[in-house]
Amino acid sequence: MRVLIRGGLVVGRQAAIADVLIADGRVHEVGATLSARGAAVIDAEGCWVGPAFVDMHAHLREPGNEDAETIESGARAGAVGGYGALVAMPNTDPALDSVAAVRFVLEVGRRAPIDVAAAASITVGRRGQDLTAMAELAEIGVRIFTDDGTAVRDPAVLRRALTYARPLGVRIAEHAEDPDLVGDGVMNEGIWSGRLGLTGRPAVAELVTVLRDIELARETGGSLHILHVSSAGALAAIVRARREGVDVTTEVTPHHLTLDESACASYDANVKVNPPLRTAADVSALRRALRDGEIDAVATDHAPHAPETKDQAFDEAPAGVLGLEHAAALTLEALGGPSSDPQRFFDLLSRHPAALAGLRGPRCPQGLGQHGGWVEPGDEAHLVVFDPRRQWVVDRATLQSRARNTPYHGRQMTGRAVATIVGGRVVARDGAMA
Amino acid sequence: MSTIRGRSLLSLSDLTRDDLVEVLDAAESFVEVHRRTVKKVPALRGRVVASLFYEESTRTRLSFETAAKRLSADVLSLAVASSSVKKGESLRDTIATIEALGIDAVVLRHRASGAAEQVARYVPDVRVINAGDGQHQHPTQGLLDAFTVRQVLAERQGARGSETGSALFAGLHVLIVGDIRHSRVARSDIDAYAALGAEIRVVAPPTLLPPGIETWPVQIVDRLDDTLEWADIVSLLRLQHERGTGRFVPSLAEFTTTFGLTVERLARVRPEALIMHPGPINRGVELDAAVADAPAAVITRQVANGVPIRMAVLFLTIAGNREDES
Repeated sequence: MRVLIRGGLVVGRQAAIADVLIADGRVHEVGATLSARGAAVIDAEGCWVGPAFVDMHAHLREPGNEDAETIESGARAGAVGGYGALVAMPNTDPALDSVAAVRFVLEVGRRAPIDVAAAASITVGRRGQDLTAMAELAEIGVRIFTDDGTAVRDPAVLRRALTYARPLGVRIAEHAEDPDLVGDGVMNEGIWSGRLGLTGRPAVAELVTVLRDIELARETGGSLHILHVSSAGALAAIVRARREGVDVTTEVTPHHLTLDESACASYDANVKVNPPLRTAADVSALRRALRDGEIDAVATDHAPHAPETKDQAFDEAPAGVLGLEHAAALTLEALGGPSSDPQRFFDLLSRHPAALAGLRGPRCPQGLGQHGGWVEPGDEAHLVVFDPRRQWVVDRATLQSRARNTPYHGRQMTGRAVATIVGGRVVARDGAMA
Repeated sequence: MSTIRGRSLLSLSDLTRDDLVEVLDAAESFVEVHRRTVKKVPALRGRVVASLFYEESTRTRLSFETAAKRLSADVLSLAVASSSVKKGESLRDTIATIEALGIDAVVLRHRASGAAEQVARYVPDVRVINAGDGQHQHPTQGLLDAFTVRQVLAERQGARGSETGSALFAGLHVLIVGDIRHSRVARSDIDAYAALGAEIRVVAPPTLLPPGIETWPVQIVDRLDDTLEWADIVSLLRLQHERGTGRFVPSLAEFTTTFGLTVERLARVRPEALIMHPGPINRGVELDAAVADAPAAVITRQVANGVPIRMAVLFLTIAGNREDES
């Protein structure tokens, strides 16, 4: 199968208008006015052509919660969102805490339309006590270990994990919210929680865990990743630590970049997330850091929940929102719209998360493709054609995800993946499966 | 002039002074109904009011159902055990089931903040009356507190409350004491008193103040002893220690020592001031047993005014339905 992507801005080592010819699953040629003979043509005029997006943080719910999402439906959501690879988070039921469980996800993922990698939990059963078989899991390609959903409560356990993992080339990823300070909080603690009579999860709960984790990473020399940073204080601590030489990376979600705590005034559980939506000032700080390159990656924290669970009262409903199908448009919005820097855009959505997930570079784990490349001849063809000016409206009824819990229903978006190509095959076009 | 006719009553935060006076005036006319031998009027004949209490509250429920019956409405009283949530039925499904029975209004009590807003979104054609949602709002309590204040102050002047509009609230010193953080009554009271023109002070241990209270229309005072003489109204809140809010202070005894209205403190309160409490009272915690029975206390009047206020709210919200205009 040959595909010619015609006339787009190819965002490689430089960004220049060019055609991209794909043949036999690889980028065959990049240049001006290539021959379309025998190739399906994608008109990419006005579009950005770059490496398909990589989400290092997707909850695919399989095994255990297939009524909310399956690996297959999550992968379809990713495909229409412009993603070529996802990292499945391990807070499934049972948790991905063993070689067998991870192999199950990889096996099911092989039949999905895009690449599916898996993270594993730091502790057995995510109970915060005994370390998983990290060396064996690293051997089969796991690059991210996390008990996401909750922080590792016991600092001695986290310290041991950071130390043990050091030679394995993997990263310990923390959901940084102190469980005791969070208590039974359901939204950001502040002016809005006080008015709405909802129990708060204070920003300081994120800050104290980030500070604790940074000091443990500094002391052990371990590799730390802070998941979904949400507050200005925690972000500043991460930036400072990195300048001081601590091996700490971070990600931000599209919703923390585009919604603030005032959204909770609707009591619509579709805006309930952990960590919670913060203040408008936090949103500004995250956006500034995103543009300045202080944040490594945009990660969706795609968190599907079956509809009936979100129709509960705000404090009874589970936390989490969908992300994959509108993450790129929201990232573009946070970067400043269609005139923003396409290199930064692909760094955040593809190159950096691919590198952190071990999906970029010479030795790709888990038998998966090499993502996050420079769109050069010989590269595996995992590409996205992204139209930064395409207008569309989010409609929860037409989502690929099995779940419907998007806070953006009815919202006008600017920017859309018009074609997603994985292994040289067009898997999605214009918001639908190809 | 704005009105609450035909609107759901979810919170007092979006009611204007005119809206509030409208309800107080309507309630006053229903107090007169209450004095008659035949205590029933046909205002809502043929209308159906569902009372849906996810949280037990005998007093509020009785008060609402009595009010509906006095207006000749049919009352569907649905006992919703909190376990039905655990059985898997969502709030949305429960409401849909009740709506299918053909109702004009639903009176909702729920332990979760925001439940009334959610229900109003699920059933846009039904009037929703919030009978208390979590720690958010208890609008009819706020209304009956304001009504009681106006009633007593007007009587002292030999006037009817409705003749005074909102004038008696102008510059009135309202002191709210205790667990404001967890109190839906405090939020509704503050909204009502502020809109009516009163000056409000709150006094509580800092752990019992809600986050962001510095943005509320209130002045924060650290010590109860510093502000007793200032108050025209002393409004005490229930410390809900049965829900664990007692952990926000070292002990109930210490709370009483520092923030309880003791007999000694009552002696420093101005003689004409009113002592209020939404009930049920923790005698010996928020106030000494003797204080609850002091002449300044209007706590039983608050209870008595529950029915006329709820009649006014049911009448105004339901009788403004679109059908009536056609």
